[in-house]
Amino acid sequence: MQPAAATLFAKLWEPHVVTSRPDGRTLLFIDRHLLHDGSFHAFARLREKGIPVAHAELCLATPDHYVPTDAGRSLAMVKDPTVLRVLRDFESNTAAAGVQAFTLGDARQGIVHVVGPEQGFTLPGVTLVCGDSHTSTHGALGALAFGIGASEVAHVLATQCLWQLPPRTMRVLIEGRLAPGVYAKDLALAFIRAIGTSGATGHVVEYAGDGVRGLTIEQRCTLCNMTIEAGAKAGFVGPDDVTFAYLEGRPLAPKGDAWKAAVAYWRTLVTEEGALFDREIALDAGKITPMVTWGTSPEQAIAIDGYVPDLRDARDDDERKGMASALAYMGLASGQPITDAAIDQVFIGSCTNSRIEDLRIVADVVRRIGGRARVPTLVSPGSGAVKRQAEAEGLAATFVAAGLEWREAGCSMCVGMNGETVAPQKRCVSTSNRNFAGRQGRDARTHLVSPATAAATAMLGRLVDVRTVL
Amino acid sequence: MQPFTQLTSDAVWLDMANADTDQIIPSRFMRTPRAQGYGGFLFHDLRFDAQGVPKVAFPLNAPAASEARIIVAGENFGCGSSREAAVYALADFGIRCLVAPSFGDIFRNNAFKNGILTIVLDKSEIEALRGASRQAGAGIRVDLAGQSIACGGFSARFEIEAFWKECLLAGADDIDLTMRDRGEIEAFFEQRMQACPWLVPGR
Repeated sequence: MQPAAATLFAKLWEPHVVTSRPDGRTLLFIDRHLLHDGSFHAFARLREKGIPVAHAELCLATPDHYVPTDAGRSLAMVKDPTVLRVLRDFESNTAAAGVQAFTLGDARQGIVHVVGPEQGFTLPGVTLVCGDSHTSTHGALGALAFGIGASEVAHVLATQCLWQLPPRTMRVLIEGRLAPGVYAKDLALAFIRAIGTSGATGHVVEYAGDGVRGLTIEQRCTLCNMTIEAGAKAGFVGPDDVTFAYLEGRPLAPKGDAWKAAVAYWRTLVTEEGALFDREIALDAGKITPMVTWGTSPEQAIAIDGYVPDLRDARDDDERKGMASALAYMGLASGQPITDAAIDQVFIGSCTNSRIEDLRIVADVVRRIGGRARVPTLVSPGSGAVKRQAEAEGLAATFVAAGLEWREAGCSMCVGMNGETVAPQKRCVSTSNRNFAGRQGRDARTHLVSPATAAATAMLGRLVDVRTVL
Repeated sequence: MQPFTQLTSDAVWLDMANADTDQIIPSRFMRTPRAQGYGGFLFHDLRFDAQGVPKVAFPLNAPAASEARIIVAGENFGCGSSREAAVYALADFGIRCLVAPSFGDIFRNNAFKNGILTIVLDKSEIEALRGASRQAGAGIRVDLAGQSIACGGFSARFEIEAFWKECLLAGADDIDLTMRDRGEIEAFFEQRMQACPWLVPGR
């Protein structure tokens, strides 16, 4: 009998199994551990137990959630003593453990999910974890990457392993190409709308098909990043020549013979013909239009030229209740064109959309429309490296000339933990990943969009179909 | 970790689906040291208005809620951010058991790690539980060893992975347990790094 055809997931999982028990629980070795400034709970726990960090050399740390993004920032300008303590703890915890950390003054500092791929720390075939749900991002390079809580961060620091139960598998087959003006973010929102925010709960998602092969690594990062918003544990794309070209020469990527051996191995990381998945879904990328969320859950998304949905169209009472509370929170009415909503501000950044390709798209839209931004707009690059690149390419100059505020790297207004928040009842069009109630600030209203749509909104002062300005 | 064996308590009924962890605890509270207690942050912005005045209609503000050890909620409870602080807020409020049609994956792990049992019941079972609870006026009884949840005339069996059941019943700290396997883990590590030298960052 032929051996069963293996999924990419099985090839990512099995080499990491240290031991497994009859009840299915598996001790999984973790090759890569990313840490950020929210990791203090986990370090505190290790200290309590008197256990050292097992493998500091497999960790990389960068502060992102709590850092200010003001120009010329330093710890000295952090006024909130509790934020200052978090940032100081980050530096002392990582230093004491011997973990490489890109602290605030370091040119490599940035959002942990931008820094990992950019530095070549994220590689195909590795298991990678981080105490942040958007760790799914790293699956873009063919890693098995997932977010964990503080107790699990402590467990990985102490043992370099995690107890896991094998997840179910889902393949999302994407055919066709995205039309001009439509981006990976729109694809992700369309996918989440289609299956719902708990549609992939308990699953890992492999994105496959020509529609994914045609995406750059940064676009794949956006797609995998948002996979958690469908409830999935992880999302990934099998590594290919696009992946290898992206990684070669990056500071922490393998070199010389190690690189050649790695690529030879990575080429085997494909789902074999006939492999079975617990669930399969097909999407036609060519049919996707620019998307925007209207509610307080990423699944509450519509086409940019669409209307705020009618409560009568809800599937059931639960959905109707959720829609009604979302409409009230968002200050919108059923049936209104979403482009009628009065916009107060725009945020361009976050681990979803702050990479150099995103900023190139933003600059292109800004130049095409011309003039000055109509609403206050904040642009926060994903890392120091992205920032320098954007400045070298003249993108930053374009932003500044158009009146966009060009800032330093951090999570910033995606989650507002550093104090950069949206005021109550203000409406923010954002390239980030969550439109949850209170996410960007108490009673703040968030509309998730692609960087292109965000840029057009900034320049025209209202939500627009970016296809009309390209 | 406090073991979980049996529990009898009234429940707080949270009639909302997709209660994400940003709502369970708004991010601005997460920099507070745990020692200060997180119970006051639980569903903060739904419980209190901008002036800090309790919103009377919110179920957690009912006088009996402070005694409740169980929350029954809508589907996809705890979706979103991986913040374990959401579980700290529940635990410090006194919650030991959550019942919902589904949970966010990371949240569910975090709950177990902190001795909170999550029970998945389907919507019709939850409605039956609600009816029985109203009628009986008595507490909900949860028995982890027997995997049962009951109230008045209602009784149901729930599923839980053997792994989590064992951890909760023993109140075991899994770091301590895994530390016993350190020898095996280190041997695995050495072997893996030899087989795949490219795994060492920057090599």
